[in-house]
Amino acid sequence: MTAIGRSRALSTGILPRVLRKPLGVVSGVVLLVIVLAVIAAPLIAPADPLAQSLRDVRQGPSAAHLLGTDSLGRDVLSRLLYGGQESLAGVVEAVLAMLVIAVPLGVVAGYLGGIVDRIVLRVVDVLLSIPGTIITLAVLAIFNNSMLVAMISVGVLASGAFIRVFRSVVLGVRQELYIGAARVSGVDEPRIVLRHVLPQLRGVLLVQITLFAAATLGIQTGLAFLAFGPPPPAPTWGGMVAEAASLIQIDPWLLVPTGGIIAVTTLALCLLGDAVRDANQERFTFAGSAARRSPAAARAVERPAAPEPSGRSAAGALLAVRGLRVGFGERGAETVVVDGVDLEVEPGEVVGLVGESGSGKTVTALSLLGLLGANGRIVDGSIRFDGQELVGLSNAKLREVRGAGIAMISQEPMVSLDPSFRVGSQIAEAASAHRRLGRRSARERVDELLRAVRLDPSVARKYPHEISGGMAQRVAIAIALAGEPRLLIADEPTTALDVTVQAEILDLLRGIQQRTGMAIVLVSHDWGVIADLCSRAVVMYAGQVVESAPVRATFAEPRHPYTLALLRSNPHDAVPGEPLPTIGGVVPSPAQWPVGCRFAARCAFATDACRQAPIPMVDVGDGRMSRCIRVDALREAVA
Amino acid sequence: MTEQPQEPLLSVTGLAVDYGTGRRRARVVEGVDLAIPPGRTLGLVGESGSGKSTIGKAVLGLVPIAAGSVVFEGRDVARLSGRERRALGARRQVVFQDPYSSLDPTKTIGYTLAEPCVNRPAGERMTRQQIADRMGSLLGRVGLGPDAAHRYPAQFSGGQRQRIAIARSLMLSPRLVVCDEPVSALDLSVQAEVLNLLAEVQRDLGLSLLFISHDLTVVRHISHEIVVLRGGRVVERGPAERVYEYPEDPYTQSLLASAPVPDPDEQQLRRDARRALAEQEG
Repeated sequence: MTAIGRSRALSTGILPRVLRKPLGVVSGVVLLVIVLAVIAAPLIAPADPLAQSLRDVRQGPSAAHLLGTDSLGRDVLSRLLYGGQESLAGVVEAVLAMLVIAVPLGVVAGYLGGIVDRIVLRVVDVLLSIPGTIITLAVLAIFNNSMLVAMISVGVLASGAFIRVFRSVVLGVRQELYIGAARVSGVDEPRIVLRHVLPQLRGVLLVQITLFAAATLGIQTGLAFLAFGPPPPAPTWGGMVAEAASLIQIDPWLLVPTGGIIAVTTLALCLLGDAVRDANQERFTFAGSAARRSPAAARAVERPAAPEPSGRSAAGALLAVRGLRVGFGERGAETVVVDGVDLEVEPGEVVGLVGESGSGKTVTALSLLGLLGANGRIVDGSIRFDGQELVGLSNAKLREVRGAGIAMISQEPMVSLDPSFRVGSQIAEAASAHRRLGRRSARERVDELLRAVRLDPSVARKYPHEISGGMAQRVAIAIALAGEPRLLIADEPTTALDVTVQAEILDLLRGIQQRTGMAIVLVSHDWGVIADLCSRAVVMYAGQVVESAPVRATFAEPRHPYTLALLRSNPHDAVPGEPLPTIGGVVPSPAQWPVGCRFAARCAFATDACRQAPIPMVDVGDGRMSRCIRVDALREAVA
Repeated sequence: MTEQPQEPLLSVTGLAVDYGTGRRRARVVEGVDLAIPPGRTLGLVGESGSGKSTIGKAVLGLVPIAAGSVVFEGRDVARLSGRERRALGARRQVVFQDPYSSLDPTKTIGYTLAEPCVNRPAGERMTRQQIADRMGSLLGRVGLGPDAAHRYPAQFSGGQRQRIAIARSLMLSPRLVVCDEPVSALDLSVQAEVLNLLAEVQRDLGLSLLFISHDLTVVRHISHEIVVLRGGRVVERGPAERVYEYPEDPYTQSLLASAPVPDPDEQQLRRDARRALAEQEG
């Protein structure tokens, strides 16, 4: 299995990933220095924090006193180091109190659900409704100004919100199939929680801890500022800020180190939280590795010139795509995923774009409408629709083409509908985007469009969640038809639907196509769907078109080894009980595209010549094109 | 494919499953009977909402049973103690549909494969070496190298993950594997490989499979017997060939007629047949 070797080794540790981020390193180091210095205060402090020296009051920074002295001549640096002990200990106490309550309750509520979940949530509601400030102040009054008890109560009161956070994470993890698989295997529940649930919680936990620590530092120093906690002359960060604030007119400098240390610590905690969150998100994905692929520009040189497809004049085509190259990632270093695609669609023609995942079929379809998203762009090539060049067109101009010229329906009809608006208003919106419509004529147009997709006009009053997936796809088709497009791009329009509903949608598309003469580009991985609807099939493999032929010919006598192998692996034509013919190997990823034929490694007909140079599309007769130099061998083998 | 007079490995009688609680309680499976003899494959076909996955979960003990019984190896699963039920994990396994969610992303493949083997009852416990050996041979069996054990799920493609899920299900030498849409998320060529692998391990290990799918063609290919479900009830059952070639129930007929076939001319015929069927009904 070659695919194993290609992937970059993933580090699972979240720490190395945080350390790979500049922000993570800087904030981590700052925090570490502060914490270590505060812990080591008795060893490194230059002076006794309580030693007064009335001769050196309110001095600025000097060699003797690095951060100056306060109004009683005490060394500010030493006082900060000692004072930090109280502040940081307060933060730790509050965070620990929060974790001890929130983690078990959140996990239990999320994992067990049911009555336990409901009880925990009621407790959380109570916790959230308690006025925290008043309770904390009351606690300080009752427990003789004890900062320990106050900070623990801060942690307890805050735990309500965190129980909810942890519960929602666990709720998501609980649905994962590997939990079910572990349960089927007889792994007991505590072990499942320990081994599968808690590790998923770790990232969120770290983020929440850092952010909560930043918040509690504010609370702790705030309380000290209000003269709670250890009484003077004991140093506290809050108390020192309070003192500096009272002297702000006489000695503005004093506020800089005292307030500064709090600001720096809080900032470092927040930034560390950000870095941890980012690191956690990219942990199990390949984010960041995509950009390090071979630069797209280098490949452009050795591309053979695209020949004019025989027997089809591009001049009369509704859509003519030439040498389309689409890349994702950083400009200049794109990962090319569609590499030199040519495609013609005549007016009224239904073309099937077929291939497996990673073939680039969907990206090709999306690029026709300029819908590649922020990360993708057309690197090279031309897309002419009705004689107009679409590549390089401004967004405003493209919008005129979309809808009225080219419309689109997608795989997930529910996702393409806005859940907060009625179906009718979404159709009306699409309809009036192309033509100015009054209120009344808009409603008539909506009825007309709904009837065109064989839905009752009363559906207009429903919300997307009230209709089924099949109805939603019909609504999506109605929206697409609103602008009376000349070309409809249907990206796997029936993949998410049941077969009986799929058949209805295919019938509907066929009916509309025959009535309106609209051309369709149907993207699908399902040969049955292609056979049902299309007049021509364009087969894609690893970013290229490998075969283009009338649909009957494609099925009857494939002219590319990939098409042949793919068709044969379909269980429909296989003998039950016999092994299915397989292709072997995997589709190469863009980084691994070879110089020569991209299918050669998996091809039964491949020779050395196939691997040496890029294979051009060649005319193989009867209006068919194939990207194969072994067509004759293939023809013999099939016959 | 002749009927074997063997005692079924799994027999489900009058199974009913409810979802929701209180007033929102709804019956999603009602009165389902199934029987799988050792070494055979039963295909469970239906559209979304037909209850096919729910039946699989009920067989695995992942959802509570409202009525009826699930008898596995001659014992009623519902009457077993918690410990006995956990021990069933050794002989009753699962392969899920989604190859992305069925492996824990935080665990190496090695951990995932070894997990079913640890904390087993004392008599069945395997040594570290035994686990490693079995892991190596199963990874080879499903077409992956032994170094796969040190890698994480993110480093594998969908088809490879599904192979790993199959390897995991085989770690304890089960007698029944429930396959819940194991190939519907896979590409055609990968689907063929996974189907072949399942048929191969079934033949070599004498496994029984409960194969759940929405795709009649796939089910027909791998199953000995097919049960067609609609709305939580069985509408048709019989030997795979008979159900696929000569469906009796109108719903099965429409299901078959709706599935598009990779042949434009045959598809045209099917389309006409479906229209005729629809006119008959309507």
